[in-house]
Formats: sequence, C-alpha cells, structure tokens
Amino acid sequence: MANQRPIRVLIAKPGLDGHDRGAKVVARALRDAGMEVIYTGIRQTPGMIAEAALQEDVQVVGLSILSGAHLELFPRVIEELKSRGVDDVLLFCGGIIPHEDIGTIETLGFKGVFGPGTTTTDIIEFVRAHAPVRA
Amino acid sequence: MFDERTREAARAARARYDAEVAAEGREQERPFVTTSGQPVRRVYDPTDLAGLDYERDIGLPGHYPFTRGIHRTGYRARTWTIRMFAGFGSAEETNGRYRYLIDHGDDGLSVAFDMPTLMGYDHDEPEAAGEFGRCGVAVDSLADMEILFDRIPLGAISTSMTINSPAAVIWAMFIAAAEKQGVERGVLRGTLQNDILKEYIAQNEYIYPPAESMRLVVDTIEFASREMPLWNSISISGYHIREAGSTAAQELAFTLADGLEYVRWCLERGLDIDEFAPRLSFFFNCHNDFFEEVAKFRAARRIWAREMRERFGAKSPRSWLMRFHTQTAGVSLTSQQPEVNLIRTTLQALAGVLGGTQSLHTNSWDEALALPSEKAVRLALRTQQVIEHESGVVNTVDPLGGSYFVESLTNEMERRCLEYFEEIERRGGVLPAIEAGFFQSEIADASERYQREIERRERVIVGVNDFAIDEPLEIPILQMDPQGEARHLERLRRVRATRDPDRARRALRDLEGATRDGENVMPYLIEAAHAYCTVGEICNLWRRVFGEQPISLSI
Repeated sequence: MANQRPIRVLIAKPGLDGHDRGAKVVARALRDAGMEVIYTGIRQTPGMIAEAALQEDVQVVGLSILSGAHLELFPRVIEELKSRGVDDVLLFCGGIIPHEDIGTIETLGFKGVFGPGTTTTDIIEFVRAHAPVRA
Repeated sequence: MFDERTREAARAARARYDAEVAAEGREQERPFVTTSGQPVRRVYDPTDLAGLDYERDIGLPGHYPFTRGIHRTGYRARTWTIRMFAGFGSAEETNGRYRYLIDHGDDGLSVAFDMPTLMGYDHDEPEAAGEFGRCGVAVDSLADMEILFDRIPLGAISTSMTINSPAAVIWAMFIAAAEKQGVERGVLRGTLQNDILKEYIAQNEYIYPPAESMRLVVDTIEFASREMPLWNSISISGYHIREAGSTAAQELAFTLADGLEYVRWCLERGLDIDEFAPRLSFFFNCHNDFFEEVAKFRAARRIWAREMRERFGAKSPRSWLMRFHTQTAGVSLTSQQPEVNLIRTTLQALAGVLGGTQSLHTNSWDEALALPSEKAVRLALRTQQVIEHESGVVNTVDPLGGSYFVESLTNEMERRCLEYFEEIERRGGVLPAIEAGFFQSEIADASERYQREIERRERVIVGVNDFAIDEPLEIPILQMDPQGEARHLERLRRVRATRDPDRARRALRDLEGATRDGENVMPYLIEAAHAYCTVGEICNLWRRVFGEQPISLSI
C-alpha cells in the first residue's frame, strides 16, 4: 500500500467570536504533523463551513468556538453538511464547553471534544486514529 | 546606580560565587526562563544594574518617569478599584449581577457585551443566530441600556465598557441612559475600551477598515476631551494581545505602539496633546510569571512617560501618567482540576497589585468551562479583598523597587519594547504592520512556542502535563434565563414599533451626512440613541459608508 495520501482537515470557526489562538495552534500542529490543513478564518456561518468541507474534499472537520454558542451552532453545521451529502467526515471540536454539554455534542456525531489544556499531540493522535481512509 | 568601588567589589564577589556554584555542580541542567521565554540568571546584584541611574530611571513614586507608580502615596491614599467584568443574557439578568457585585464590595462596573453587540448586529439579524447573551449582555438600543443600569446611579459609580468597533454607538447610548437618569454627561466617570488597533492585531472584533475605524476613535477622544473631562476615552489594551498568545514583551511593545499611534492620529486632527493625553488609559494582562509581570508594569509606566514628554513634548504632568487596569490571564486557566485556577489567579492578582495597577479584575476559577457562577465570582472578588486587607502589600509603595532582579527585568522589558518600536517603524508604522500581518504572526509564533514547551514538558502546568488526576468534574454551571432571548427580541420589536419614526429616520440621515462630511459623529450618535435607533441600524449604515475589513486566513 504505497503512496498514502495525507489526511485533509478543515479547521473552522463558526459564529462571531474572534478567539482564534486555539484554532491556529491546532491548525499549525496538524499541518506540522503532515496533514493538509485548510483554515476558514473567523466568523463563518454553518453554510460557509459545510461548503468549504465539500469543496476542499476534507476527511476531517474541526470546529472551534469560545463564545458559548456551540449548542446552537454545531447542530446547524451538521445539518448543512448533511444537506450537501457530506456525511463521512470525522468531526471534532474545542473551546469553552461545559462538561454537561459534551454528551449532547457527541450525540450530534462529534467524536472528540477538546477543552482548554488539551495537548496538540492528543489531537494529532485522535485525528490519525479516527480519520476515515480515502482511496 | 552604585559607585565604582561597590561595583568593583560586587564584580569580584560575583566571580568567586559563580566559581563556587560551578564547583558544587548542584544546579539542575535546564534553562531557567520566564513564562515568555526570557532567560533568568542565577542571582542578581549591583553588576546587573551597571547602566541604571537612580534619579533618571527609578526615582520616587509619583515622580517622573513613574517607574515606581503614578501616585506619591501608592495604595496608602486609595487602593485599586475592584472592577469585575460581567455581563450575560438579557439586560435584566446582568443588572441583577451588577447589583449583586456592588452589594459584595465591587467598586466599579465593567460591562461585557455579547457577540452580536460587539459586532454591531441587532439580535434579530441572521448573523446573531445562537449568540444571544452568550459571552456578555445583549444591547440593541437605549431601551436595553436603561434596564442594564436600572437603580444604579451612573453619576456615583464609574463604568467601564468593553466595546470596540461599535464603541462610539454604545457610548452614545450610555450617555443617553445617564441623561435619562438626570445625570449630565460632564460628570460621568468611566472607560470606553474603544481600542480598534488591537482588534486587527489580536482580538478580531473589527468591522470596518483601519483608517475609517481610526477616524471614529479620534472622534470619541475629541468629544471626551471637550465634553467629558472625567471619562477615559480609550483603554489601550494589551490584554487580548496576551490572550492571543503573545509574550509579555510583545504585549508591552504592541500596546504602547498602538498608544503612540492613537496619539499621532489625534495630533493630526489638530488636538493639543495635553488636551487628550490625560484621558488615555491602558489595560494589561497579568500572567503566571510573577516578577516578569511586575517588571512589565513598571517598564510600561517609564516608557510611556518618556515617550509623552520627550517624543511628543507633552507639558502637563498628567499627560505623562500611564494609568492602567489589569485582568488576570484567562488563557492561563485550565479545565483540568479547575479549582487550582483560584491559586493561579491569586498570584496573578498579587503581581498586578505589586505592579501598581489602578483597577483589577480577577477571573473566576470556573471560566475555562463556562461563564462564572455567582459563587465563583464572589470568590474572585474575595481574592482581591484578601490581598488588600490581609496581605500587607498595600502598606508601602512599590515594595519590589530596588530589587536587583526586578530592576534588571524592568530594564530588559524596556529594551525589548524599544527594539519592537524600531522594528514597527522599519515596517512603516502600526497600520502597515497590521496589513502585512506582522503582529499577528509574531503572536502566533510565540503562542506555538509556548504550547510546544508544555507538550514537551519543558514547562509544567499543574494538573495538565503533571500532577494530573482522573476525577469527574462537578461544577455548577451558570444557567441563563431561558425566557431572556424572547423577552429581549420582544423589546427590540416594541422599540422599533413605538419610537417616533420621523425622529429616528432624521437621526440616521443626519448621522450618515456627518459621517460622510467628516464631522465628529458623537453628537449625532447621542441624538440617534435618544431616538431609539439600534446598534444594528447604525453599524450597518457605517458598513455601507465605510465598507468592511476582510477576514485574515493566515495561521
């Protein structure tokens, strides 16, 4: 099994909050780990994120949100992805997320929820372990 | 600072000492560095202060260049203002939190606005979806402001407002709310953050292009200098630069460079420096490294005083004073073993106090997880009260002054800040450096370096990469009123339906005219506020006139 393609990842910031330190640190770490990383920049609507995931043909979508709007915005991102037929991507998220919300977020289809203090090594390993394989 | 004989003796003693230490060979073989990566020597003595001149560089508190503080009597006349930043949900809920804080000893209000307000959208616009009241209070019109400050006498308490792109709009609504309480604008005390430059550099809540935004800032500074002598027209902020991952020296340098840029723009407008400089204020972060932070504050005062007096020729001593607010570092809080955050915050707050801050916000221990609960906020408030009443640090002014280490670190901070000033100048100034992404990439590099140190365990964060435990978290999370959003939207609808439509239309038309003609917009904004025009209506008008600043995609 030669020439395995690098994993393609979209790092996106839904909503209006501009806190992008975490998103940038994760994007850089995944890129340095050999993945192809597309960063959307801040203030993306769910539709814009789903469209980027489709156009960029990514296997992984990571969402970062620190404003507390995750329970409103994450489901909308999922809907937008589904409406475009993007249903085979690995989803993870990070930010200021109360523990009691993690169950709900996992039910939406997120495989990983990473709070402050997570190491990028953990996220790299998580993505490598769970990213769907592309032919 | 020391005579030649003392320095010679110190040099000889230091050489012997270093030889003894080397012979013992007991020191750990690892780099000893500050949180920002600044190397720290084994010990400091007079040899480290060779170029320092006591009178020129240190002096006494309240004396130029104010290294030791801006007041002769430090906290012996008046301690710092306990100013807790708060806001969530609807105006009713936040008003309740303010009255709770005041009841428990808070001295000054500090308003946090939610994302739609910060970005200049009304809450019924599609961009606001899901964001209502999440990280601050929702304000669309004067009607919300009236409720926010209900039963709070705006003439008697000082109010700080963290708002930037729509700062002038929110300030106008605040002034209108005070006027409706019967308080004249001339007696209002408070601070408008109003620092747009750090939005492009770090915090990302910009709407309009830099030059247009700067014009609005200068309008507010001009208006304050003419009509509101007790108001801090701007709070030039390093806090967000640090939160975005910068080092202490970058925070210092970029913030002061921004400050100097505002000064240049105001001078260009034709303002006299001594007319507006006394009302410029600053806002810094206080991170984990105790002495580095104290040195940063001391250096900040010295650099600013010299720039204002020597570079810009300010004559009023009040123009030379750097007055600043401090907030403990949100970015240092961990979601693991969150109770430990209380201890981090205590140390950070102490460094802010020893650095001579004018006001202080202490973060709550649960904020890596959610907005703080009432009890967590009370503990954060109590932290300041313990420092003030029990620790004894307020008894003398600048107790760390004269410490070989702290003075040396203060010099080092100043040196690195001035180096950055030169670098920024080489790049054509602050605005071109922003457009080229210079600040942003410096910060992102520093942030990545820090993260890497933690991951390689070169730097221990208690409970994160060492002393970790596996323990289920049981944290009472703040629950917002589920009816808050509906009530707010109903109020917005009612405001639009019941205001005098002619007055509102005329106010917006006049505002647009003033904006296009380059008149100071403040009087027009205050009229628009009284006419119950909304934040979204005004900010969208400016979106049409000014255009919007594109989003950066660089990592």
